[in-house]
Amino acid sequence: MLKDQDRIFQNLYNDLGSDLISSQKRGDWVNTKELTNKGRDWIINEIKDSQLRGRGGAGFPTGLKWSFAPKEVGSRPHYLVVNADESEPGTCKDRDILRFEPHKLIEGCLIASYAVQAHVCYIYIRGEYFVDGQKLQAAIDEAYEKKLIGKNAAGTGWDLDIYIHYGAGAYICGEETALLESIEGNKGQPRLKPPFPALIGLYGCPTIINNVETLAVVPTILRKGGKWFSSLGREKNTGTKIFCISGNVNNPCNVEEEMSIPLKELIEVHAGGVIGGWENLQAVIPGGSSMPLIPKEKCETLTMDFDSLMAEKSGLGTAGIVVINKDQDIIKCMARIARFYKHESCGQCTPCREGSGWMWRMLERMARGEASKDEIEMLGDVTKQIEGHTICAFGEGSSWPVQGLLRHFKDEIKKRNNFDPVIKENKEIPYLVDQHLLDKNA
Amino acid sequence: MSLKRPAKEQPENFEFNSSSLEAANNIISKYPKGRQQSAVMALLYIAQKQNNNWIPLAAMKYIAKFLDMPYIKVYEVATFYSMYNLSPVGKYFVQVCTTTPCMIRGANKLVEACKEKISENESELSNDKNCSWMEVECLGACVNAPMMQINDDYYEDLDKEKTLKILDQILKGETPKPGSYRGRLNNAPENNRKTLMDIKNA
Repeated sequence: MLKDQDRIFQNLYNDLGSDLISSQKRGDWVNTKELTNKGRDWIINEIKDSQLRGRGGAGFPTGLKWSFAPKEVGSRPHYLVVNADESEPGTCKDRDILRFEPHKLIEGCLIASYAVQAHVCYIYIRGEYFVDGQKLQAAIDEAYEKKLIGKNAAGTGWDLDIYIHYGAGAYICGEETALLESIEGNKGQPRLKPPFPALIGLYGCPTIINNVETLAVVPTILRKGGKWFSSLGREKNTGTKIFCISGNVNNPCNVEEEMSIPLKELIEVHAGGVIGGWENLQAVIPGGSSMPLIPKEKCETLTMDFDSLMAEKSGLGTAGIVVINKDQDIIKCMARIARFYKHESCGQCTPCREGSGWMWRMLERMARGEASKDEIEMLGDVTKQIEGHTICAFGEGSSWPVQGLLRHFKDEIKKRNNFDPVIKENKEIPYLVDQHLLDKNA
Repeated sequence: MSLKRPAKEQPENFEFNSSSLEAANNIISKYPKGRQQSAVMALLYIAQKQNNNWIPLAAMKYIAKFLDMPYIKVYEVATFYSMYNLSPVGKYFVQVCTTTPCMIRGANKLVEACKEKISENESELSNDKNCSWMEVECLGACVNAPMMQINDDYYEDLDKEKTLKILDQILKGETPKPGSYRGRLNNAPENNRKTLMDIKNA
């Protein structure tokens, strides 16, 4: 287990209070000026040395992302945008940072803004977190009052304004370019990349977008050193991470732990074990609903980090762990996730808009045992037609969980849906089936 | 994608009152000059708050003029985002999360409670027209599942009995205390805490 002094979020459960004075006692804002005085290159290099990877799901190296911002500010200002549109089912870590550790985030915003030369920072909070957003606003007001942000923020000589922008219940706005569209006052529909936001982002200006947790750990990394952070976890999967353990466990909770911690330890030690005992475990969704589930056999030895989960054809994502025990109908669980994606598709790309509904309806029928044998293959085919054929990663996010179900629980689906279709031999009729299904070589 | 329909009965006119006007101007000042369209989401919220929790078409037209943008762009935004109510939802708007993490911990019991206390169907006003409920997608409080949101507040760690009690309170016009209903500390593991013990015991 991680030592308590190595935990970055000392106030994760709000034992101490989230106001400025309590935060300063925990070490926030103590020597911000000294940190920025060491210069942009030092900050970016230190973050590169720490091997910090973005905590929002994709796991992109943060230091590298910052280095993409233009070195000189041209005619267009730079922006920093914080992604607090936490909507991935199974994830509720950013909410705790917003309400209990707001000063870590604000200080992180200042340091990141300095590093990428932004004078304005927008924090995009999902609309449902209105109360938590108000708590962050109170902390921002406090910081303005004590001159920690605003003109010559915290004595660093850097001017920074921080504004909150509330979303309004669209999961897709967690996608960085959809988020920018949303701030600009449009529907949240993702943009094509390239151009990447680091060059052409908010209002057409260079924009760096980071997750809440990523920015909130930055001040601590700079204080304790990139070496300290990279000594935790393992190569390329370093540091600490807030894990959210929900679902069929005895004590669902958020906990900050070392990267690469065994999944079994998280569940057994921190979350009080699976309801009905470890033997009653059916599957685990390791990183928010977009990540393919992992069956029990593999959970025994699985370690939680980006690369080891990738090797299992899943991913760490947001580290929102959903534990599903044997009392649950696994097909129903995935059908509900498919319904989520059908509801949240922005409708811009046809494969995703239509396909997410197909997947949902097929899975609902499979859960009821009303699907025919060949539909199982067809469902797999639908996921393949969505994946990689959309503007943003929502296509992958919606098809991966279904692929995970097919990969590990195909027998379960087959057992329940084993009747033959009415039309069996008429596949050569072109208007009855999709042509690509006929082409064996495709 | 979700289907949203504006209410059939619409008021003729809409205008910001003085406090809404002040809030609106304050928000516009957050964005660069000429980018006032960015304020459209916030202004829709202000209109919704002023107009008893829902946005009439007249308000969209008003906001379009206010921000100097086409009406259809405001309409697009209001229909795209799920948190804008385009028809009356009552003073107390109950949203029950039923996405998988809540579902496997019994969110359907909360739905049953809403059906018993508020109305048979979702998005249907209660008899006294003060309350309505609907199923929503993940509200981001998964370790406190099952949970629901009433207006701005989260009610967490619920079961059917606790939900019935909360709904009784709002139907009487009271505002129940938000937060965990099993009395646990935020997102900490209940009776099983192993971390930050020095701080807890300090």
